[in-house]
Amino acid sequence: MTQLPTHTEKKLGLVIDLDTCVGCHACVVSCKGWNTENYGAPLSDQDPYGADPTGTFLNRVHSYEVQPDQGVAQLIHFPKSCLHCDDAPCVTVCPTGASYKRVEDGIVLVNESDCIGCGLCAWACPYGAREMDADQGVMKKCTLCVDRIYNENLPEEDRQPACVRTCPSNARHFGDLADSESDVSKLVAERGGIDLMPEQGTKPVNKYLPPRPKDTWDQIDILAPLLDPVAEEPKGFLGWLDKTLEKL
Amino acid sequence: MLQKQPVLETSPHVSNEVRQTTCYMCACRCGINVHLKDGKVAYIEGNRDHPVNRGVLCAKGSAGIMQVNAPSRLRAPLKRVGPRGSGEFEEITWDEALGIATDWLAPIREAAPEKLAFFTGRDQSQSFTSFWAQGFGTPNYAAHGGFCSVNMAAAGIYTMGGAFWEFGQPDWERTKLFMLFGVAEDHDSNPIKMGLGRLKERGAKVIGVNPIRTGYNAIADEWLGITPGTDGLLILALIHELLKAGKIDLDYLAHRTNAPVLLDDDGLFQRDGEGRPLVRDRTTGETVPFDAQKIIPDLRGADTVFTKLIERYLDPQYAPDAVAKRCGIPAQKIKLIAAELARVAFDEAIEIDQPWTDFRGHSYDKMIGRPVSFHSMRGISAHANGFQTCRALHVLQIILGSVEVPGGFRFKPPYPKPATAHPKPHCRVTPGQPLDGPHLGFVHGPEDLCLNDDGTPARIDKAFTWENPMSAHGLMHMVISNAHAGDPYQIDTLFLYMANMSWNSSMNSAGVMDMLTDTDENGDYVIPHIIYSDAYSSEMVAYADLILPDTTYLERHDCISLLDRPICEADAVADAIRWPVIEPDRNVRGFQSVLVDLGARLKLPGFVNEDGSAKYKDYADYMTHHIRRPGIGPLAGWREGGDSRGDANPNQIDRYIENGGFWMEHIPDEALYYKPWNKAYQDWAVAKGFYDSVQPYIFQLYVEPMRKFQRAADGHGTRQPPDHLRDQIRQKMDPLPIWYDVNEEDQQGSDEFSIHALTQRPMAMYHSWGTQNAWLRQIHGRNPMYIPTKLWEANGFNTGDWARVTSPHGSITVPVAHMAALNDHTIWTWNAIGKRKGAWALDKDAPEATQGFLLNHIIHELLPPKGDGLRWSNSDPITGQAAWFDLKVKIEKVDAPAEAQPEFPPQKSPVGQGPDKLTWKVGK
Amino acid sequence: MHPAPSIILFTVLSGLGFGLLFWLGLGFPPVTGFSAFAFFTIAYLLAIGGLISSTFHLGNPQRALKAFTQWQTSWLSREAWLSVFALTFMGLYAIGAVFFATRIAPLGWIGSALALATVYATSMIYGQLKTVPRWNHPTTPALFLLLSVSGGALLAGQVTYAIGLLALSGVLQAVVWYLGDQRFAERGTTMETATGLGNIGQVTAFEPPHTGTNYLLKEMVHVVGRKHSRKLRIISLALMVVLPVLLLLLPFSHALAAVAVLSHLAGVLASRWLFFAEAEHVVGLYYGIR
Ligand SMILES: Nc1nc2c(c(=O)[nH]1)N[C@H]1C(S)=C(S)[C@@H](COP(=O)(O)OP(=O)(O)OC[C@H]3O[C@@H](n4cnc5c(=O)[nH]c(N)nc54)[C@H](O)[C@@H]3O)O[C@H]1N2
Ligand SMILES: Nc1nc2c(c(=O)[nH]1)N[C@H]1C(S)=C(S)[C@@H](COP(=O)(O)OP(=O)(O)OC[C@H]3O[C@@H](n4cnc5c(=O)[nH]c(N)nc54)[C@H](O)[C@@H]3O)O[C@H]1N2
Ligand code: SF4
Ligand code: SF4
Ligand code: SF4
Ligand code: SF4
Ligand code: SF4
Ligand SMILES: [Mo]
Repeated sequence: MTQLPTHTEKKLGLVIDLDTCVGCHACVVSCKGWNTENYGAPLSDQDPYGADPTGTFLNRVHSYEVQPDQGVAQLIHFPKSCLHCDDAPCVTVCPTGASYKRVEDGIVLVNESDCIGCGLCAWACPYGAREMDADQGVMKKCTLCVDRIYNENLPEEDRQPACVRTCPSNARHFGDLADSESDVSKLVAERGGIDLMPEQGTKPVNKYLPPRPKDTWDQIDILAPLLDPVAEEPKGFLGWLDKTLEKL
Repeated sequence: MLQKQPVLETSPHVSNEVRQTTCYMCACRCGINVHLKDGKVAYIEGNRDHPVNRGVLCAKGSAGIMQVNAPSRLRAPLKRVGPRGSGEFEEITWDEALGIATDWLAPIREAAPEKLAFFTGRDQSQSFTSFWAQGFGTPNYAAHGGFCSVNMAAAGIYTMGGAFWEFGQPDWERTKLFMLFGVAEDHDSNPIKMGLGRLKERGAKVIGVNPIRTGYNAIADEWLGITPGTDGLLILALIHELLKAGKIDLDYLAHRTNAPVLLDDDGLFQRDGEGRPLVRDRTTGETVPFDAQKIIPDLRGADTVFTKLIERYLDPQYAPDAVAKRCGIPAQKIKLIAAELARVAFDEAIEIDQPWTDFRGHSYDKMIGRPVSFHSMRGISAHANGFQTCRALHVLQIILGSVEVPGGFRFKPPYPKPATAHPKPHCRVTPGQPLDGPHLGFVHGPEDLCLNDDGTPARIDKAFTWENPMSAHGLMHMVISNAHAGDPYQIDTLFLYMANMSWNSSMNSAGVMDMLTDTDENGDYVIPHIIYSDAYSSEMVAYADLILPDTTYLERHDCISLLDRPICEADAVADAIRWPVIEPDRNVRGFQSVLVDLGARLKLPGFVNEDGSAKYKDYADYMTHHIRRPGIGPLAGWREGGDSRGDANPNQIDRYIENGGFWMEHIPDEALYYKPWNKAYQDWAVAKGFYDSVQPYIFQLYVEPMRKFQRAADGHGTRQPPDHLRDQIRQKMDPLPIWYDVNEEDQQGSDEFSIHALTQRPMAMYHSWGTQNAWLRQIHGRNPMYIPTKLWEANGFNTGDWARVTSPHGSITVPVAHMAALNDHTIWTWNAIGKRKGAWALDKDAPEATQGFLLNHIIHELLPPKGDGLRWSNSDPITGQAAWFDLKVKIEKVDAPAEAQPEFPPQKSPVGQGPDKLTWKVGK
Repeated sequence: MHPAPSIILFTVLSGLGFGLLFWLGLGFPPVTGFSAFAFFTIAYLLAIGGLISSTFHLGNPQRALKAFTQWQTSWLSREAWLSVFALTFMGLYAIGAVFFATRIAPLGWIGSALALATVYATSMIYGQLKTVPRWNHPTTPALFLLLSVSGGALLAGQVTYAIGLLALSGVLQAVVWYLGDQRFAERGTTMETATGLGNIGQVTAFEPPHTGTNYLLKEMVHVVGRKHSRKLRIISLALMVVLPVLLLLLPFSHALAAVAVLSHLAGVLASRWLFFAEAEHVVGLYYGIR
C-alpha cells in the first residue's frame, strides 16, 4: 500500500487564504480537540503543566515577516497541515504500509495499528506535516477529518473538517480539487493559488492563496479632484456652505 | 501492486448528547455545542444557529475542554492560614465560609456600608452584582470598565448614544471601506474575524491604524504604523481635509446631529422653556425646538455648533502637513485616506428601497448608505487623551454621515440610547439601608458628581470627582491604591470577584502586592479583610483571607442579560444563558448563587421576602423570578404573556435550553437603520422594553455637559473644582474634540524615556486564564519584547538577547525579538503571559514564570510625582480610564539573567500541581 | 537532523558487520573452523547488534516485523529483507566454514553481494530523502559502502586493502563534506519557496507556531555550530582514516591492529554523528532555522 495510487477519483484538500488568515490559532485547537477525541490514539501532551510542555498537533500556524524592496514590512500568518500530496514521499518511504493514500479521495492517512513509529515518513515530508505521538509511538498527521467529512452522524453541513468549520475569518476552504468546477478549484483559479515547495516534486493537493498586494496607496497619485478645497479658511467655507445649501 | 486499504469507520459516533450553552473562555459570549460522552465533555464546537458566532469558534473556545479539566480548579472554600501572599490555606465548609463573610459584612452594613468595596472583573452579571451592592448600601461598586475601555464606551454614549465596544458593529455585509484603529482582538472577537472574512470575500478594503502590524492589521490592505497616542491628531487631520474639500454629509449633519443647535454666549445650548435645545428652521428662519415637526434645521449662522466646528477644524494646525511628523505618517498618505473615505462615502453611496419616517415627521422612500465604517478599541482608548480621541473618531464618522446608515456603523439593541436616558451615578449612603440609586452612570454637569457635602470624594476610587468627572465605569485600578493610602478614607473589606488584581490586571503589580500585605502599627493588615471569588488558583487567590471558589462556565447558570451586556446583533435583539451542562465534581458553587445566599443572610432588600426568608433559592431562581421594572426581568425571552415584556415564566430557562441557550428576535425591516431617529425603531424599542417612552435624539458633536464643567472651572456655579484642577478641567473638557500630547505633560516623556511600550492581547489566550490550559500554553508559553528594526540595530541586539526596559517607575529585564512591521519608536509584548511561580497549578519552572513577564511592573497607577504632594492618577482626566498605553521607556542590552526580572518568590499552590502527561480521550 | 544514538550505532555497527561479512564471503581471510567461528561471531554481533539498536528508535518495536511488507517502495523494508537474506546466506556459508571446514564459494559471493546490498539499502534510507539535500546524493551510498568495506577490511585483517580503502574513504569523506555544505543552497529550497511569499520580498520567520518545542524541532531541526563542526570533522578524519592507516603502516601487531580498529570505529561514529547533526531538513525553513 505504500505504493501511491496512480489516480485518485477525487482530490480532497484544503485551500488556505493567506490574505484573510488573522493567525488566531482557532483551527489549530479545534483540530487538536477533534483529533484527540476521534481518529486513532489521542493527541497526547507531555509535561503539560510543567517547564517544557510539548504535545502532538496536526495543524500549526506560523507567521512570517516579508520585507518588500520598497515600503513597509508585511506580516503573514501561515497555517500548515498535511497537504495530501499527489506524489507523497511520506507514503513511499513507509516500510510497513501504515502510510497510504486513499484511492477514492486522495487523503493520506496513517493506519496506526500498522505503524512501527520509525519516523521515516516524517523525515520524508518536506512540510513538517507529521508528528510522532510521544505517548503511543505512532505517527500522527492531518486526516482531513476523514471521520467527519463522510460522517452520517453529523448533519450534512457539518461534514467538513473541524478546522474549516471553526475558522472565524473563513480563511480555510475544503473541497475537491480534482473537480475544476468546485468552489475550491474556482478560488484557486481566481486568486492564483500556489503550491508550497514545488521543487520538492510532491505535487501538493492543498493550495495557498497568496496575499493580495498591500500598501499600494503609497504608489498612487493623490485622487486630486476628490480633495479640491472648497475653501481654505472658515469664512470661505461658510460662503460655500451658503451656496451649497441653496442648491439642496 | 496496491494492497487493500484498511476499512475505515467514517461515521463514528461523535457523542451521546449535545448540550448547547454559551462559551466563557472570553467575554465574547459565543454559542457552543458541548458534545458529551457518558456525561463527560468530549468535544466543543460552535453553535451554527447562534447570532454571535454562527458556528465558528476561536482557539480558546475549542480549548474549553482543557479549562474545565484544569488541575488549577479550586476545590473548596478556603480560609487563609499563612500570611497574605503565601498561598497557605485550609479548606473549610461552605457554612463556615458564608458565616465568616456574614460576620464581616453585617456589622459594616449597619455602621458604615461604604467600608465595603465590592469590585468585579469581566463578569457578565453586572446588573445583578450591582443590584446586590446597591442593596448593601455601599457606593463602592464597579466592574473593570474603568481600567479597560471606558473612554470608548463613554465617548460613544456621550456622542452617539452607543459605542463600538460590543454595543455596535460595522455593517459587515455592506461596507466597502473599513478603518480599524488600535484593535488587536477586542471583546467582539469572533464577530470581527467573521466580519473581516466577509470583507475579504468581497474584496472590500481594510485600513489598519496601529503601531504594530499583527493579526487584523496584518491582513489590512493599508497599514498606518502610527506613533502611539497620536490618533486624535490623525483623525482631526482627516476631518480637516474632508471639511476643506466640502466632502461632508450636510443633510445628515443638519437632520441627525446637533450641528445646527444654537449656542449662547456661554457656550451652552440655547433652550426653550422646557429645556429643549433650539435650532433655526431653514424654511421659516424661526428659532424652534430641535425636535419640532417637519423643520429643516439650518447649519448656518454665527451661533451654530457647526460654525464653531468649522472654525475649530479648518485651522491649519490640523492640516496633514502639520501633523504628519508627530503621527509618524506621511502627509500624502493622510490625504489619500481622506480622499478614499470621501470617494467611497459619497461616490459609492448605496440606497436601499426601504421607506422610513424620522422623528420630525419627514418621510423618506429610501435609506441612503455611506459604506465606510470604523471600529476601534483600547489602542485609542487606553491613553490619557483617549476620551477626546474616541470623540474625534465619532465626529469623523458623523460628518461622513456613516453612523446608523447602510454600509456604515450600526448599533446593537438596546443601543442606541442617549447619555441622558442612562442613569446618573448615585452615592448617598445610609447605614443599614440601600444606596439611593445605581452606582454608575452618566453625569451631565458638576451637580451630578459623587462628592460629599464637604467636597471630598464619596467613592473609594474617586470616580465622578473633579479628577475625572465623567468616569462612567468607576476606576477599579485605583481601589487598592486608594484603600491602602486611606485616601479618601479607609475601608474594612475588599470584596473582589474574577479579577487578578495582584498580578496582570493591576498597574504596578509588585506595589499592589505590597499594599495588600502591608500592616499598620498594630501589625494588622491595612486593608483588614479581603474576600475573593475565583474559579482557579490564580495569583490573586494568595492575597485573600477568604476564598469563595466558583464553578467553571460549564457547571453553572449565568445570565447574559439585556440589562447589561447582551449578545444582540445590529439586526436583532438577543440574550442568552449558561446552564450546568456538567455537574461540578468539587465542593464549589456558582458565585452568583453564593451572592444570592449572602444577600439573604445579610437581609438585603431584593434578596429577602417580607418575612425575612430568602427570596431566591439560587441564581437560576433569580434569573427566572427577579423583576427589575414591571414586565422586565433579567431574561427577555419567553416571558409570560409574550417575549421581552411580561411576567416571570417559571419554565423560562427550559425554553432557553430548548432553543440552544439563547433568545433572539429580529428588528422589523423599516427599523433596521437610522435607529436614533427612526420612528419605527423607537416604537419597537419601547415595545421591547429598552426604555419606557420613545426618545429620539440627535448626535452630540458638541457635548454640552463638558462645557458645564469648563464653566465651573472658570468660576461659575456652586460646585467648583479645587484650584489645582481648574486648568486641567478648562483645557481637557473641551466640548469639541481636541488632541493633547499625553507624553509631554504627563508621563515625563523626556528624551530619556523616548520609546513607547505597549501590550497586545494574543488571540489564543485570555489574560491570565489561558495559561492553565494545557493546549493554549503550548502556543503562548512565554513572551518576548518585540523591538523595531531601528532600535534593534541601534542597540546591537541579536537573536536570544535580553534587555533591561526602564520606565520612570522601574525596570524589567526580559528577552527580546526583532520585528520589522512595527512603528520605529514602539516596542511591545503579549499581555498577561508572565505568571507568578506557584500559581495556576504549574511547575515553578514553567516558562511563563521564568521567561514570561508582565509589562505591568513598570506601569504605575500614579503619574510620576509632580512635586506638589498630590497623587495624580495615571488616567484620562475626563473619564478616569487607565492610561496603560502612555508608558514610555528606555532600553539597553544586558547579559541574560537566569530568569526574567523582577523575580518573585513562589506562592504555595492550594491545589497542587498538574499531571505530567495528558492523553485526554473520554470515549472508548 | 537529531543525531539519535540508536541510529548512529545502528548504521555504524551494522555497516561494519556487513563490511566484515563482505570480506569473509569473498574468502578474505579464507578462514575455517574456530577462527571462522570467531570472525563470523564478530560480524554477526556487529550486524545484528546494529539492527537491534535501530529498533530502539521505533515507537512500536513489537510490530517491527511489519517493516518487511513494503519492499517494493521502501528502502527500510528492502533493508530489512536484504539483511535477512544476507545473514541467511552468510549463515549457511558460515556453517560450512565453521563446522565442515568447507567454504562454498558461490554462497559466499552471494552473501557478500547481499551484505553490500544491505549497506546500500541502509544508505538509501537517507540518500533517497529529497527533504535533506545533504544526504540526497549518490555520494551518500558511496561513502556508506566505502566505509563499510574499509572497516570490514580492517576487521578482516586485510591490511593492504584496508590502507587503500581507508585512504579512499578519507578522500570521499572530504568530498562529501565539501559538496554537502553547498547542496542545500543548490537545491533551491528556501523560505521563499517554502512559503510562496518570495514575490513580495524577503521572508523571515516572525513568531513560531508554538513557544515550546515539538517533535519536528527535536527530530529534524538540529543546528551545529560551524566551529564545532570543523573541529569534529578533523577529529573524525584523523581517527577514522589517518591514525588507522599510520598504525597499519607500522609493523603488524595485534595490539596495534586493535587500536586501529577502535580508532576507526570512533572516527566513523564521529563522522556518522556529523552526518546526522549537520544534515539540514527543509522543514527547518518553516521555523526560520537553517
Ligand atoms: N499591561 C497591561 N495590563 C493590562 C491590560 C493591558 O492591556 N496591558 N489590560 C487590562 C484590561 S483591559 C483588563 S480587562 C484586565 C483584565 O485583567 P483580569 O480581569 O484580572 O483578567 P484575568 O487575568 O482574566 O483574571 C480574571 C480572574 O478571573 C478568574 N476567573 C476565570 N474564570 C472565572 C470564573 O468562572 N469565575 C470566577 N469567579 N473567576 C474566574 C481567573 O482565574 C482570574 O484570576 O487586565 C488589564 N491589564
Ligand atoms: N483573545 C483575547 N481576547 C480578548 C482579551 C484577551 O485577553 N484575549 N481581552 C478582552 C479584553 S478585557 C479587552 S479590554 C479587549 C481589548 O481588545 P483590544 O482593544 O484589541 O486590546 P489590546 O490587545 O490591548 O490591543 C490594543 C491595540 O491597540 C494598539 N495600540 C496601542 N496604542 C495605540 C495607539 O496609540 N494608536 C493606535 N492606533 N493603536 C494603538 C496596540 O498595538 C494593540 O494592537 O479584548 C478582549 N478580548
Ligand atoms: S504534506 Fe507531507 S505528510 Fe502530507 S502528503 Fe505531503 S509529504 Fe505526506
Ligand atoms: S512512522 Fe509509521 S507511518 Fe511513518 S514510515 Fe514509519 S511505520 Fe510508516
Ligand atoms: S482537516 Fe482535520 S485533521 Fe486536518 S488540519 Fe483540519 S482539523 Fe486537523
Ligand atoms: S482559524 Fe482561520 S484565521 Fe485562524 S489561524 Fe486558522 S486559518 Fe487563520
Ligand atoms: S471568542 Fe472564543 S473564547 Fe470568546 S466566547 Fe467566543 S469562542 Fe469563546
Ligand atoms: Mo478589558
